[in-house]
Amino acid sequence: MIFQDEPVPGYPLPILPGHTSPGRLERVLRAGHFAITTELAPPDSADPEDVYKRARVFDGYADAINATDGSGANCHMSSLAVCALLTRIGYAPVMQISCRDKNRIAIQGDILGGAAMGVCNMLCLSGDGVQSGDHPQAKPVFDLDSLSLLEIGRTLRDEQRFQSGRKLTSAPRVFFGAAENPTVPPLEHRAMRLAKKVAAGAQFIQTQYVYDMARFRDFMRGVEDLGLLDKVFILVGVGPFKTAKGAEWMRNNVPGMHVPDEMIKRLAGAKDQAAEGRQVCVDLIQEARTIKGVHGVHIMAYRQEETVAEIVQRSGVLQGRVPWYPDRDKNSESSDRKTS
Amino acid sequence: MYSVRLWSVRHAGGLNRFYNGLESLLVALAPVFRAIGYQRLERPFAFLERNVKGLLFDCKMCGQCVLSSTGMSCSMNCPKNLRNGPCGGVRANGHCEVKPEMRCVWVEGWTGAGRIKGGLDKIRVVQQPVDRRLEGRSSWLKVVRERTDPPKAEVKK
Repeated sequence: MIFQDEPVPGYPLPILPGHTSPGRLERVLRAGHFAITTELAPPDSADPEDVYKRARVFDGYADAINATDGSGANCHMSSLAVCALLTRIGYAPVMQISCRDKNRIAIQGDILGGAAMGVCNMLCLSGDGVQSGDHPQAKPVFDLDSLSLLEIGRTLRDEQRFQSGRKLTSAPRVFFGAAENPTVPPLEHRAMRLAKKVAAGAQFIQTQYVYDMARFRDFMRGVEDLGLLDKVFILVGVGPFKTAKGAEWMRNNVPGMHVPDEMIKRLAGAKDQAAEGRQVCVDLIQEARTIKGVHGVHIMAYRQEETVAEIVQRSGVLQGRVPWYPDRDKNSESSDRKTS
Repeated sequence: MYSVRLWSVRHAGGLNRFYNGLESLLVALAPVFRAIGYQRLERPFAFLERNVKGLLFDCKMCGQCVLSSTGMSCSMNCPKNLRNGPCGGVRANGHCEVKPEMRCVWVEGWTGAGRIKGGLDKIRVVQQPVDRRLEGRSSWLKVVRERTDPPKAEVKK
């Protein structure tokens, strides 16, 4: 899909009627396409090229790139800076905002600053506890939680004011998202929690890793019963495992990971476990696509980002569509795959 | 105390009814409180709440109690201070990501909410961020003032 009004990289698209942001992700979702988002691990470096290198591996296969905010409570380049670098050359980043490290004064400043730098999508998260990262001695801030953060973001945008009530002269035009973990306790209340997030202002949801589609379907039935299907765009979190051992390690050590035993058995029984891990991911995407209310997938391939392109291609969900990347529209070779 | 805290959630319905009675009583006493002066009552009330709610709920004295909306499980015991439900890190056994020996405050809270009349409706309401200026102050007096004297509800330190 090529937008007729495609701007010079780094400049915003016009905001269409009914849209809240000038971003590509919102356009792709509202146009009814199956969206692909993925995750960039910010480098332990101050070199912008390290960011661009990590973004380029997704060229042509991702509609938006999440920049994590101290994920796992580990220190890295800030999500705001990664996003600012990415928007300079036209990429559509999703700026993750965690409540763990900043209070409401810093966070509201970042929302304005991010929007000023061309960031159109922001994901509001509570954040992992500091105990799980490389600085367990740090002070956990948690001045807000993901829901009050969503409300504050929406207030900034729709009411043009800070939480204090002080007016803004120009509102941040942002598409706000939130996370949800459909496969961990309390399972029977997860859909209701999603409803709270939607009520607080979430327009899209990127879920945690889903390896248990049966549980996910139950969750989606709950979401449908609450009448949320046309109120929020849900992107299912998936990711490839390299080995069965790795999967087991993640299940035991990464907070919020639910991996069924059959999944681990399937990997362990394969000749090439990494290839099987990618196949699992492709299967999950294809199954997710058939579930009512699913509008895309969020692929988290930590330390194997180069596999994302292959996974997306094999899943076939783009149906010939080529998500924007720098030089896409100058490159005659790729135009063969364009459909509109 | 942790075991008492779990007991309180198991008896959320009764405790909530008791609190509703207490709140009505306190509101009825508002003219008396006003005559004595809220400022003068602040310390004894805070002392009382710290001890009573401390024993029953491991109260952290945030000064803006929402126990009736959280199934009598104090959300300030969540290591992330989440006021609106569980994070995505809840363990398979329903325990906390940060403190593995503790049941998730929100798994408890949602169970408790089911025991309170109208509790499952209240838990759906999005809670505002904590006003950190109220920490250590009496929550009961705040409620009384809000209900009887709405314009002056804002507490200045």
